[in-house]
Parts: sequence; C-alpha cells; structure tokens
Amino acid sequence: MTTMPQQLLRHPVLWLALAGLAFPLVASEFWVGTVAARVLIIGTMALSLTFLTSSAGLVSFAQAGVAGVAGYTLALLSPNITGVGVAVPWPLAVGAALGMGTLAGLLVGWVSVRSSGIYLLMITLAMSVSLFYLVSQNTEVFNGFDGINGLKPPELLGIDLRAPIPFYGMALAAAVLSAAAVLHLDRTPFGLQLHALRNAPRRVAALGFSTTLLRIAAFGIAGLIASVGGVLNTWFSGQMSPGAVDVHAAVNLLVVAVLGGIRHPLGAFLGAAAFVLLENYAASVIDRERFNLVIGAVFIVIVLFAKDGLIGLIQQLRAQIKPAWTGVCAKNGRKTV
Amino acid sequence: MRFYILLSLNALTVASLYFLVASGFSLIFGLLRTVNMAHGAFYLLGAYVGYDIASYTGSWLLGLVGAAVAVALVGLAMHLTLLRTLGGDELRQALVTIGFAIVVGDLLLAHYGGITYQFTPPEILYGTTPMPVIRGYPTIRLVVIGSALLVGLGLWLLIHRTKVGMLIRAGVDDRDILSAMGFNVQRVLLLVFALGAGLAGLAGVIGGSALSISPGEDARFLLSSLVVVIIGGMGSLAGAALGALLIGFAEQFGLAFIPNYATLLTFLLMVAVLAVRPQGLLGRG
Amino acid sequence: MKTTLHTVLGAAGLAALLSGTALSPAFAQDIRIGALATLEGPFAQSGLDGMRGVELAVDAFQGQVAGKRIVLVKESSNAKPDVAVAKTRKLIEQDKVDIVVGPLSGGEGIAVKEYAKSVPSKTFVNGTSGAQDTTLRDPAPNFYRFTLDGAQWQAGLGSYAYETKGYRNIAVVSEDYSFPYSQVMGFQAEYCSRGGKISQKNWVPVGTKDFTSVIAKLPDKVDAVYVLLGGADAVNFLTQYYQSGGTAPLIGSSVTVDQTVLSSKGAFKNKVLGMIAAGPVADSNDDPKWVEFVKAYKAKFPDGLESPSLFAHGYYVSTLAVLQALDQVGGKLDDGQKAFQAALAKTELTDRSPTGAIRLDENRQAIADNFVTEVAQRPDGAFFSKVVKVAKGVDQALGMDRAKFLALGTASRDNPSCN
Repeated sequence: MTTMPQQLLRHPVLWLALAGLAFPLVASEFWVGTVAARVLIIGTMALSLTFLTSSAGLVSFAQAGVAGVAGYTLALLSPNITGVGVAVPWPLAVGAALGMGTLAGLLVGWVSVRSSGIYLLMITLAMSVSLFYLVSQNTEVFNGFDGINGLKPPELLGIDLRAPIPFYGMALAAAVLSAAAVLHLDRTPFGLQLHALRNAPRRVAALGFSTTLLRIAAFGIAGLIASVGGVLNTWFSGQMSPGAVDVHAAVNLLVVAVLGGIRHPLGAFLGAAAFVLLENYAASVIDRERFNLVIGAVFIVIVLFAKDGLIGLIQQLRAQIKPAWTGVCAKNGRKTV
Repeated sequence: MRFYILLSLNALTVASLYFLVASGFSLIFGLLRTVNMAHGAFYLLGAYVGYDIASYTGSWLLGLVGAAVAVALVGLAMHLTLLRTLGGDELRQALVTIGFAIVVGDLLLAHYGGITYQFTPPEILYGTTPMPVIRGYPTIRLVVIGSALLVGLGLWLLIHRTKVGMLIRAGVDDRDILSAMGFNVQRVLLLVFALGAGLAGLAGVIGGSALSISPGEDARFLLSSLVVVIIGGMGSLAGAALGALLIGFAEQFGLAFIPNYATLLTFLLMVAVLAVRPQGLLGRG
Repeated sequence: MKTTLHTVLGAAGLAALLSGTALSPAFAQDIRIGALATLEGPFAQSGLDGMRGVELAVDAFQGQVAGKRIVLVKESSNAKPDVAVAKTRKLIEQDKVDIVVGPLSGGEGIAVKEYAKSVPSKTFVNGTSGAQDTTLRDPAPNFYRFTLDGAQWQAGLGSYAYETKGYRNIAVVSEDYSFPYSQVMGFQAEYCSRGGKISQKNWVPVGTKDFTSVIAKLPDKVDAVYVLLGGADAVNFLTQYYQSGGTAPLIGSSVTVDQTVLSSKGAFKNKVLGMIAAGPVADSNDDPKWVEFVKAYKAKFPDGLESPSLFAHGYYVSTLAVLQALDQVGGKLDDGQKAFQAALAKTELTDRSPTGAIRLDENRQAIADNFVTEVAQRPDGAFFSKVVKVAKGVDQALGMDRAKFLALGTASRDNPSCN
C-alpha cells in the first residue's frame, strides 16, 4: 500500500490535468481553442463509451445520441437565433441538459437491458437513428434539418467562456473531472459489481444483485458523462442540428473509442487526439478529401492488430522498454475482479 | 381505391428491395454469427460495378450477374483476410466490417464522385405495365417484386431441399458438432458468406435500377437491413421476409399519411417489437 | 498507468511542433484568401465547382491585386454547420487568412455568419449558401453576400408560370427544410399575388428515395407540379414520375434542373424537356460576359461540368467582389480591414459580372438579376437550360415593402399560405 501523495502522483488523471494546463503555454491559440478543445470534447463523449465497455463490458452506439439529447435540451433552454424553446438562466439549462442526457442514458439501458454483444450494438444504433429521424423531421420543437443556431457559451464570473483559452479551460476541467470520476468509480463497490457483471453476470445475479438495475445504472452514468460532452459540443459549435446525432456521428464515436482502446477509460482521449489530428492532417498523409479512407484503414489495422487500441500499444511498448515500471503500473492501475 | 392499391404495390416494392438486401445479411448472421456492417457497402459496390458492366457491355442482365459475382468475390476476400483472423470474436468482427465499410464507401466516392447514377434498363423494363383499376404500374418495380420472390424461393429451396442446405441448417444449430462429424464447415461458411455478399450486390443493381445510385445509399440499406432482421429475427429467412413487409408497409403508408414521421415510424416499430420479443418476431429464443 | 503521462506530453510536444511549423511564413505583400466549400460527401460535386469559380476569379486578376500576391487556402466542409465553423476557424486561426469566401449550403451560412461576429477584423464573403436569415435578420457587419438567397432565386418564376404558362392550380413536392421553404416563398410572392393556387404541398423528408407514394397522392387535376428536390432526389423523383405515367408539366427550383442534375446519367431526362425553373445562372445566356465566363471555365477545366453551375458562378462573383474591393483600397488590410470592408459594402460588380449588375443592400445582401429558364436539348443530345425571362435587380424583399416582408416571418411548411 502506497501513501496518499505517492498514489496521487501516480494518478493518470493528475498528469492529464497537468499536461492539459501546460498545453496553452506551448501551443498557438488555434491548437488550444480549436484542436485541443475538440479533442477534450470528443474524448469526454467517447469516455462514456469506454466507461461502459471497460467496466461493465457493454458496447453502445447510442452515446452520440445521448450527448445529442443533452445538446438539444441545452439549445432549447438557451437564447438562440432560431426562435425555438424557452431561454432560462444558463446554470438551469446546463442542469436540465445533464439531467435529460442522464435520463436518455437510463432509457437506452432500460430498453436494451435484455441484449448483449452485437445485439446490443444494433439496438443502440437503432435507437440512435430513431432520435436522428425525430429531430430532423420535427420542425415545431427541434427546427428539423436546420437545427438550432446562434448558441453561445455564457460568461462566468466575468470570464467570457467563448474566448479560446477560457473555453479550453472549461473543457479541460470537464474532461479531467469526468475521467477522475470514472477512475474513482472503478474502485468503489459499485465499480466492482460492474466488473463482476462483465465477467460473470450469472454469479452476480446469484449473489443477489439485480443485474438489470446494475446495467441500467451503468448506462445512466455513461449518459451523464456523454451529456457533459454534449453540452460542451453544443457551445463549441454554436449550434445543434441532426448532423450531431446521425449515424456517422455514432460510428465516429465508436471509432474514436476503439482507436484509443475501448477497454481502458482513458483510451477515449487518446483516440480523440488521434482522430482530430488525422482529421486536420489527413491532407499531408494522403488527400484532404480522403480523410475517411485514412481513418477507416487505421481503424481496421487497430482492430486487427491492437486489441486494446493505442493505449494498449503504448503499454506494450513500455513493457518492452521498462518491464519493471509496468509492474508498478499494473499494480496501481485498474483493479479487476 | 386506386390510391390504396398503388400504395400497397409501392410498399411491396420497397419490401422486396429490403428483403433482397436483408436476406443476405440475415443468412450470414444465421450461420457465421457475424454482423456484417459492410453489407450496405456491398450493396453500393454492387450497384456501381453493375452500372459499369452494364454501360460497358450494354447489357443490363450482364451487369446484374457481374455485380453479384464481383461482390461475392469481394465478400470472400473480406472474409478470408479480415474476418477469419478474428476467430469467434463477434464484436471485433463487427468492428472490422465497420472499418471496411468506411474504406469502401470512401473509395467509391473517390472513384464515382457525388453525382447520381441511374441504370438504363432495357426499354421493356423501363416503361409502364398496364393494369386494371390503377391503369398501370412501372415495370421495373414489378421486376423488383418478382426478383424478391425468385430469390426468396431459391434460398428456401437451397436451404430446405439440398445437401448444402442441410449443412447450413446443421451449422446454424451446432457448428462444432457438424465439424466434429467430419464436414468441412469452413467451406460452408465461405460459401454462405459469398452468397450473402453476392445477394447484396445483386440487390444493388435492382435497387439502382428502380431508384438510383448515389453516395449514402450504403448507410441507408445497412440500416434498413438491420431493422428488418431485428424485427423479423436474426438469421431467419422467413423473419427477413416478414420484417421487410412490415417495414415496407409502415414506410410507404407513413410517407403518404404522416410524411414527417414516416421513417421514425419504422424505427419505433422496431423498438416496440424489441420490447415484446427481443429475439425478433420469428427469431429463436 | 504512467504511460498516460508520456502519451499526453508526447501529444502536446507533437502539437507544439506542428503549431510551429504549420504556420508558413506570411509575407507582408501577400493577401491570404480562404475558400470554404463542400469537397466531401454527397455535395462534393457542387463544392468542387465552387472552387473552380474561386480559381477563375483569382485568374481574372492574374493572381495579384495592387501588387500583392493572392494566396489561396482551400478548405473542405461536409455541409454540416458545425464542421463549417470548425473549418472556418481553422482558416482564420491556423492558416491566418484575411478573408474567407464560403460556405456553400444554407445551414452552414447561418453558422459561419454567427462566428463572423466574433472576429470583426476579418471579412467573410458568402459562397453560395442561400438561407434568408444569413443576411435578412440579425446580420453580421463583416459578412457579405454577393449571391441571391433562396427566395430571390425563384424571382420571375411565379409570374412566368401564371402569365406565360397559364398555370392556375399547382401541387408542390419538396424536401422538408428551410431552403426549399424559402424558395416556395419566393415563388408564391409572384404566383399567389396574381391569383394562382397551390392545392397541395408535399413535404418529404430529406433523403427520401422512393417518391411513388407521394406521386400517387398528387391530385389528378393540377396544371403543374412544382418540384423542389436536388441531386439524387431530383433524379429519383423525375424517373418515378415518368414511370408512374405522370402527365402534368413540371416546375423546378434552382437546384432541380441545374447542371449537376442535367449531367447525371439516366433515362429520366425524357421528362425534364420543357420544364421551367429559375436560378442565378442559365446555361444558354446570350450575354457576352456570360459567354466569356463559360469559355474561360471550359478552357481552364476541361473535366468540369457541361456549363458552370450556380456554385461556380456564386463563388466566382463573390471572389471577384473581394478582389475588386481590395484593388480599390490598394490591398490595405492593416487597419483592421476597416477601409476594405467599407469598400466591399459599396462594391458593385458591373463589367466583370457574367450575369448582370450586382450590388449590395444595407444588410450587405446582393441585389441582382435572376433567370427563368426552360430545359432544352442541343443537337448533340446534351441538355441545357435556356433563358426565357430575366428578373432584373431582385432585392431581398422580392419587391415588397421591407417591413411588410419581414412581417411575413420566417418561411416554413405553411407560411406563407396560398390556397
């Protein structure tokens, strides 16, 4: 057992936070306000998926949709130029967005509770697509295909969160808190129950736990995390439209999670970084228009040869260079049942 | 009256097209337990390849056959290079087919561009067939219904009346025992995968002739196949037919009466079925 | 677990490296123009043609203005508003462009206009996006549109349909979103005020491929069907209408029969001969300026379309306006672009415009000519749109009193009504 400070020092989230704080010192405004902020937002949304998979062994296509529910709720409760919804004070709007997103997560969990593996993947995809058709066809509430425009991040204590650095700070704080929460949850009894659910669902049931409730709860927590990403994403792009919840958005989120390593919570951020960098620099690899080709090929290679994504590759690399270190890592890393 | 007959015929046409695409998808799942997320890409690939063959040779029929063969070969290649190495890991298999679909979709966009293609089927198929009450109905759409019936019948005969079909049915029930009994299961798996992919290619040409070919059709038909087999029951041929009919009717009547929510209706139908029977209407529990 | 540290620091280091190198040295005498269009997805063809327009305009100025070199930075979106904003930000922040020309589609235009407000010292000139509200309501002071909006693009069509064609009762089949809403509004402004009736409006979801049930629903007794569908959807509708034995003549919107559709392959084209439509360009325009433009287009892009589309045209005139205003201020941008923006607001394209004079109103929205066309066939079999009428100097209020026009509200499925 290590002492508290040492443990803290080894905590990956601390390093994530420190690196994040140092980033604006070395990078230009574009890299901070646009690229890095996007990485953190996509990473947070993908974190909801890696959480589901790493802890409970569940895979979902619906996380982009859940984030979209939060995004639409926020958009409808914020001042917008589209003239839909009711504007309320922003903390209330954010609270409602997170609440609705969590509810949506719970709903996804409840509807799909009897499905697992690929069935779960398909059912969540179908739910996500249902949402897409609802928001793209309803003009009265969601303004259909055109969505809701002119949304802005608020001012907080006199700081304009629209400006690149403050916005980045907010995204960083949200990402770090979400990641810390997920890693912490992993060590709680609830986290252990989820692991058990992943590894031996029957035994969990035999021990008297309700697997149904456990699963739904896991989806609810994932919904909350996805909603954090969804709120940030809505502010980031200044609008909310069906494009944010379409089938490509759903696929992209899964791609991000698998790229980074879906079986480790923090793989989400690594995957998001790779995804956004590729998106911006696919041009130098091949042709800018062929981004999908590059991302698809990279994705295939990762699925075929690196089961645990980029994070797995890095761990392997480290294991080869410094086997002693990895021992420590494993001890302090995720505890599995 | 005329309107309702027309609507029903339209629903039948759409259902037939969905069945053509989804039957291959369901077949592959039934035996291989692979959710082939590249099935929509196979459809689109078949449509484009068929278009090229048809415009090069001037024969629509050659395009139809060529597309089926070409896509079956691509399917074989995908199975041998990507899927087989993953063994029985169903989730990773599904993931790798997603990657494959992204790559194929982008290559097709690069090669064929964003414009819309349409087959020029033989004049005899392109016109209108006279019919009582409704005056006439587009011949090509009758061809779609006919092909679905033919394919459905063919598949049924294959599965229930041939030795290969016996192997397939046995494989669906218990692959390991079949293998232990000395049958070459791998060959049957390959055959079924090629058949399923080929059906998607064939459907591409038929769908491309009745409607048109453009980027984005891959995702559309992947989604429709998913919904059809989820409603009907994964791996069941009759389920695919039933699912296709339900979706076809829901979609077309929806489009006529509540156009705004027509597509949503089909997805809600699916959620409703799932809530009552998670394995699908004709799926095995 | 410490791996994360290295990963993150590694990524940060890489990023820092990139941010240092990606900034190519900007010479003081260069003027950097960013061009944003959809080069991916289903709109790729349109975006590509838009980019051709930008290049032609830069060529028209020999690649420089007031002794300064024009550096063109191209960026691609995918018709989604959030991507359009992200790419615009990249152009401004990363590529350090002074002026952005784009985007291409309606939703993108509104999103970029909103973003423009946050960077007042940069200038944004619309590509071809045609949403009314980009300039009509709550405009951005540094956002300019030298192309017409969706409603303006139908100017002349309604009166032509009513008076020349004698249509009194028509049905509408349209995609269900704001751009076609505004096009219908533009059509109705002339057609309904003259007494024309629209007996049925069918709004079909974007992405519908099978229109036969909608076609079956069309009333038997209509004088014409007004079709507002683009690209693949238009092709599908036209084929199915033909196959279903539809006989009523067709009216098109500005995208139903443009060259991206007319150049598509298939037998549906039998149905489009004689179809009337309206838009900012027509293939057979006798104006020598247009002929010259087509010649330049074909010379530079032998693989291009049969005739430049409204996308090539829109990006062309928008870039021309930018260059003309730059020329006027001697390429001076170091005053927060104040002089340039003032000059741009007063810019009038006359000699250079291939489609008649273009000037801006007080919201920096174009007042320009619009063309009513009819589809015809050349001896070689190629289809083209022939000008049958020119609506001169169309303003955003469509000739109505501006306050009255604004009072109509935003166009929607049933607003304004016409039955």
